[in-house]
Amino acid sequence: MSDHADVATTPHVAHEVHHEELGFWRKYVFSTDHKVIGIQYSVTGLVFLLFGFSLMMLMRWSLAYPGSPLPLIGNLLGDSRMPGGTMLPEFYNELGAMHGTIMVFLGVVPLAVGGFGNFVVPLQIGAPDMAFPRLNMLSYWCLFLGGITMLGSFLVPGGAAQSGWTSYAPLSVIAGTGQTWWLIGMIFLITSSLLGALNFITTIIQLRAKGLTFMRFPFFVWAQLVTAFLLLLAFPPLEAAGVLQLMDRVAGTNFFMPSGLVVSGQALTNVGGGNPLLWQHLFWFLAHPEVYVLILPGMGIVAEIIANNTRKPLWGYRSMVYSLIFLGFMSFIVWAHHMFMTGMGTAMAAFFQTTTMIISIPSVVILTALIISLYGGSIRFNTPMLFAVAFLPMFGIGGLTGLPLGLNISDIPLHDTYYVIAHFHYVVAPGTIFALMAGIYYWYPKATGRKMNETLGKIHFVGSLVCMNVIFMPMFIIGLAGVSRRLFDAGTAYAFAQPTMHWNVVSSWGAWTMALFQLPFIFNFFWSIRNGEKVGDNPWQATTIEWSAPSPPPHGNFVHAPQAYRGPYEYSVPGAGKDFVPQFEA
Amino acid sequence: MTDDHAAASMAGDHAVDIDKHVRVYITVFVSLMVLTGITVAVAQFHLPIHIAVTVALIVATIKGSLVACYFMHLISEKKLIYAVLGLTVFFFIALMTLPAFTVADGYWIH
Amino acid sequence: MDVPYTVEPRRDTGLTNGKIGIWLFLASEVMLFGALFASYILIRTGAPSWPRGDTVLDVPLATFNTIVLISSSVTMVMAWASLMRRRFGTFRIYMGATILLGLVFLVVKYFEYSHHFHLGEFPSHSNFLALYFTMTGLHMLHVFGGMVVNAYFWGPGAKLWETNPVWFTNRVEHSGLFWHFVDLVWIFLFPTLYLL
Repeated sequence: MSDHADVATTPHVAHEVHHEELGFWRKYVFSTDHKVIGIQYSVTGLVFLLFGFSLMMLMRWSLAYPGSPLPLIGNLLGDSRMPGGTMLPEFYNELGAMHGTIMVFLGVVPLAVGGFGNFVVPLQIGAPDMAFPRLNMLSYWCLFLGGITMLGSFLVPGGAAQSGWTSYAPLSVIAGTGQTWWLIGMIFLITSSLLGALNFITTIIQLRAKGLTFMRFPFFVWAQLVTAFLLLLAFPPLEAAGVLQLMDRVAGTNFFMPSGLVVSGQALTNVGGGNPLLWQHLFWFLAHPEVYVLILPGMGIVAEIIANNTRKPLWGYRSMVYSLIFLGFMSFIVWAHHMFMTGMGTAMAAFFQTTTMIISIPSVVILTALIISLYGGSIRFNTPMLFAVAFLPMFGIGGLTGLPLGLNISDIPLHDTYYVIAHFHYVVAPGTIFALMAGIYYWYPKATGRKMNETLGKIHFVGSLVCMNVIFMPMFIIGLAGVSRRLFDAGTAYAFAQPTMHWNVVSSWGAWTMALFQLPFIFNFFWSIRNGEKVGDNPWQATTIEWSAPSPPPHGNFVHAPQAYRGPYEYSVPGAGKDFVPQFEA
Repeated sequence: MTDDHAAASMAGDHAVDIDKHVRVYITVFVSLMVLTGITVAVAQFHLPIHIAVTVALIVATIKGSLVACYFMHLISEKKLIYAVLGLTVFFFIALMTLPAFTVADGYWIH
Repeated sequence: MDVPYTVEPRRDTGLTNGKIGIWLFLASEVMLFGALFASYILIRTGAPSWPRGDTVLDVPLATFNTIVLISSSVTMVMAWASLMRRRFGTFRIYMGATILLGLVFLVVKYFEYSHHFHLGEFPSHSNFLALYFTMTGLHMLHVFGGMVVNAYFWGPGAKLWETNPVWFTNRVEHSGLFWHFVDLVWIFLFPTLYLL
């Protein structure tokens, strides 16, 4: 039986196409062009990464030299934060909570998904723009508002949120005004991601070029597709939880407030009957898939750059794609491995431990395939490739050190210690952020028509690689000694922490040196816009569709609609005239 | 870039199609009213909570399915939509059950 | 180059962009309300005692509201059917009825809420009330949002019928999907809060 077409067909109706020149505001600020929006997201993400990093550099003073006044800067922050230049524990907690929040939600995700996703995906699939350009613009401005809210929260009485980026109840419920701002900020950020996610999924499925079947997608596109599903389905429970916490804080409800709470010696008079674990479940239901949101775009970027700079197809493309899908699916049912220490029974602990072990398999498959892809390659060690190759062992360390955390029994001594901090920073910092750096150096020519300077890039790379390890490797040692995270003085009061205190000095100097090594990058980024080596459409001799567009691409991207004639990584094809056969060449 | 024009169906076909659909909508509306009446009536009996929950959920699921299948045209939707919704249902069930099981299995003093 | 498949479906998926977009959005909304229902389950099963819905809330009024919302779902789908039959005038009537019924729903809820507040029954008083106000409150926000979109298509947005009737019909259908979803949530919310 023929179902009603949801479209009564008509002759092709021409839409209003803006042929007239748009004014400055519509062209550069309130643009619906995915490339402009991608750059907006990227710049915003980079600025917040720098800001979040600065918060950490402040924290590192308190960890390296607890109780000592910070020269110069310490006196600028006022007596409510650093009286006499010495950091108050409350301020440390503010910095910690906001460092995490900003890096994850305002730094990495906007850059990896909003920035790279928006700019590259439509080009890579041969589309003129995203499926919903106006919704795309709205998503960016939602993010912007969320960012302003988060920044503004530093200025409210009591300061910004200071209950950890995880905002556990009941502490977060009784905390100061900054926490309310955090919740409102999160609602903006979550909405931005939700709208963006549905845009990505629709775009990838509907707007791909003729001949671009799913198994001919560049791996980067698959990564963004799975990431979008994670954002779409995992974020809403956190949005709901945010509403519930707002109700607890503002309307006096007791969703997360248990009975019989005593705060500073005073029994609370609320009705109680709530459950702090409810917050944890709803939070981690998002926050676990969120970590895959943080890593998958990076893996996608690394895959593109490795294929391009080994002049070989990726090894195990199919396995990588199936692993990606399986990983995305599993990521929704592992979350309570963050909650092993909440009095969980053995049955559910066994369940979550098992799913967590299973999910490590697709990660290993993807990493292994990327490593094997190097074998026999004709490797070009340009800056993007250096970052991409370094990603592999760094992510390897991060991933492997996650295993004892995913197993219930070994998590017991390691939970909430510096070991955890080391584990997740390895995956996100020399993991994802290196991948994002690689992506910036790789796609900068497409966006600007110029290459970034190689020498400065290599300095940036070597310095960052060394510093990342100097910062985070000692944290495994500190954590194994049992030192808790979120201690403003790194455990000065504890005897068992004393043998590891000096490592904090090492980490701190690593962090401050790391900041210096970002200067060549920042300079390079701006200097190359005008002075970088000019390039044509395809400076890297790459095979994917974005390299058929001009650099930078015009509004609408392609003069003629591209078509895909083959797979995405036809490098060194025997018998071909050159060492690559682009996907878009007939 | 230029879309393939979908096969044009006759305007006449459409009108007939819609007439059939409208009859379905009225039938579904009446069923929903009846089911609403049933669920409220059953509630009057103050059944033991486990039975009450089961009955209420069954009736709500039937009502919801009618709305989804016929008002939202899910009964004749495309595979892609089914795939997305199937995925959603799976995660929805995980969200409904796993936290409750975990708290029940664990040691939390109220 | 224009963004394709906004009006005409893509051959292999059989869908327009908007159709996929709205279903994806609804999928996320399933997870949103799902989280609230999951919270309800966790809190209620952990509570030493829990009042039966009809001992706190007004069941006859809510039953009336349920009938109102279900009726508005019918008028909504009839509004779309009218457009498919090319009867713009009838569309206006049915869409207007949908918006009106939505308004009735909101007015009833206003009376319900103010009655509770009058009796001093606030969200902070018990978890039952907290869940009741939060879940119906969020649902109400969605009703309101749906009404705003519907009002747009009834009023200023109806201009699109002149220039692109197919696109307009599709957009009304998508708005209808959202409206039906809001009805669907209420179909579960009503027994959960009022009858159990």
